[in-house]
Amino acid sequence: MSEAVRSESVEDIEIQLLLEALYRRYHYDFRHYARASIKRRLRQALEQLGFKNFSAMQQALLHGDTLVTRLLDYLTVQVSEMFRDPGYFRAVREKVLPHLRTYPSLKLWIAGCSQGEELYSFAIMLHEEGLLDRTLIYATDINPAALEAAQAGVYALDRLAAFTRNHQLAGGKSSLSDYYTTAYGRAVFDKALRAQVVFSDHSLVTDAVFAECQFVSCRNVMIYFDRQLQDRAVGLFRDSLSRRGFLGLGSKETLRFSAHADAFSEFVREEKIYQRRDG
Amino acid sequence: MSEADPRAVVIGASAGAVQALSEILPRLPADYPLPVLIVVHVPDSPSGLVTLFASKSAVAVREPEDKEPIVPATVYVAPPGYHLLVEPDRSIALSTDEPVLFSRPSIDVLFESAAESYGRGLVAVILTGANEDGARGAAAVHAAGGTVLVEDPAHAYAATMPSAALLRCPDAIVLSLDGIVDHLLNLGTS
Ligand SMILES: C[S@@+](CC[C@H](N)C(=O)[O-])C[C@H]1O[C@@H](n2cnc3c(N)ncnc32)[C@H](O)[C@@H]1O
Repeated sequence: MSEAVRSESVEDIEIQLLLEALYRRYHYDFRHYARASIKRRLRQALEQLGFKNFSAMQQALLHGDTLVTRLLDYLTVQVSEMFRDPGYFRAVREKVLPHLRTYPSLKLWIAGCSQGEELYSFAIMLHEEGLLDRTLIYATDINPAALEAAQAGVYALDRLAAFTRNHQLAGGKSSLSDYYTTAYGRAVFDKALRAQVVFSDHSLVTDAVFAECQFVSCRNVMIYFDRQLQDRAVGLFRDSLSRRGFLGLGSKETLRFSAHADAFSEFVREEKIYQRRDG
Repeated sequence: MSEADPRAVVIGASAGAVQALSEILPRLPADYPLPVLIVVHVPDSPSGLVTLFASKSAVAVREPEDKEPIVPATVYVAPPGYHLLVEPDRSIALSTDEPVLFSRPSIDVLFESAAESYGRGLVAVILTGANEDGARGAAAVHAAGGTVLVEDPAHAYAATMPSAALLRCPDAIVLSLDGIVDHLLNLGTS
């Protein structure tokens, strides 16, 4: 059997059309997300939302305007943690911050900030290092509910044990409990941490460069993109970074297969921290 | 042979996996003609597994990175905390989606995506394990025309996983660990 002529399944066609509809009607562009996992999540949505098939779902998506929000929650993965992969934060603290310290003011972009776990991790670390006051942080995502949660900075108490352990492993110089108060089974993080944070709806797929930054942290977001889309996002980061600026990725992500690999050098190899080359 | 044109092997294992894989991986030659993708549930010592098998095996054993092209003569072990999937262009995709049946990586997730990419060219192996992950995936491999091998539950360290797979996929071939190795060594040597 020739693989090349293997015909597309009806489901594949329907998924393609559904994603096209989502883009044309709502401007959410998932057309070039990694196909295997988006298919999984769409099937899950189909089952749980009770549609007969993707054509029926597309119909509901086009003719109503409530489905899009729910679909977005299936299509964007919100799994995160504070100080996720503590080694990454330790490397930022020990190897990157000494460089950034030499700037009078700093801009940090957290792309795909989810519900803010990564954002508060950075804010706490920058505070511990005495750099928070001179740092402007952009926290961006495409999921409005996630952005709202990030802005609120409130987490279920049962997540705090893991956050606290990660913080210590990441070389934390203070106690995480200094930064939150508890109420009604929740931890409410100190709003001083976000005094200089700009929260914004921004898509790495459809939006453009908006600022010049010294550090971009984009972790476990591009992992959901296909290679072509990864190239677009990495191009965006290159154009957003100042000369010799830093780019941090998730621990299984790499620029190795990127069209822009040459624009960066490996700064801390094991932790996927890259530096923009001169010029 | 049922598999017309084998292109990849996927393996899933849980409790007792280290032992079982120790019977298999060291026997694959350095130029094994197919890629092998593995999901193992290991609670603690995560990446230690790769180091262990890499040192014992002639074939290359490693944890893949996202969007890495899949090539023969390489064993890819799912990194702890990530699902391992195969993209339509046959590159690796990793994801941090929620666990499936309490597992991340999940055998079902790997098998289902590999079945879609490789169809009849896929050989799936279910080894020992104390949960039911992989049963659904094995059925998907079979439905896509691939071959399913299941370690004989009577001799497996933990029978639950191979038994569950057989229940969902009664046409699977039941083999001893040795039989599985022989089968794998015969692939691609037409
Ligand atoms: C798995 S979370 C990663 C959270 C955090 N960075 C971490 O590593 O823990 C992925 C996030 O990327 C967001 N996302 C998905 N597509 C995006 C896009 N095109 N542009 C910006 N963010 C996106 C999702 O909404 C989600 O919040």
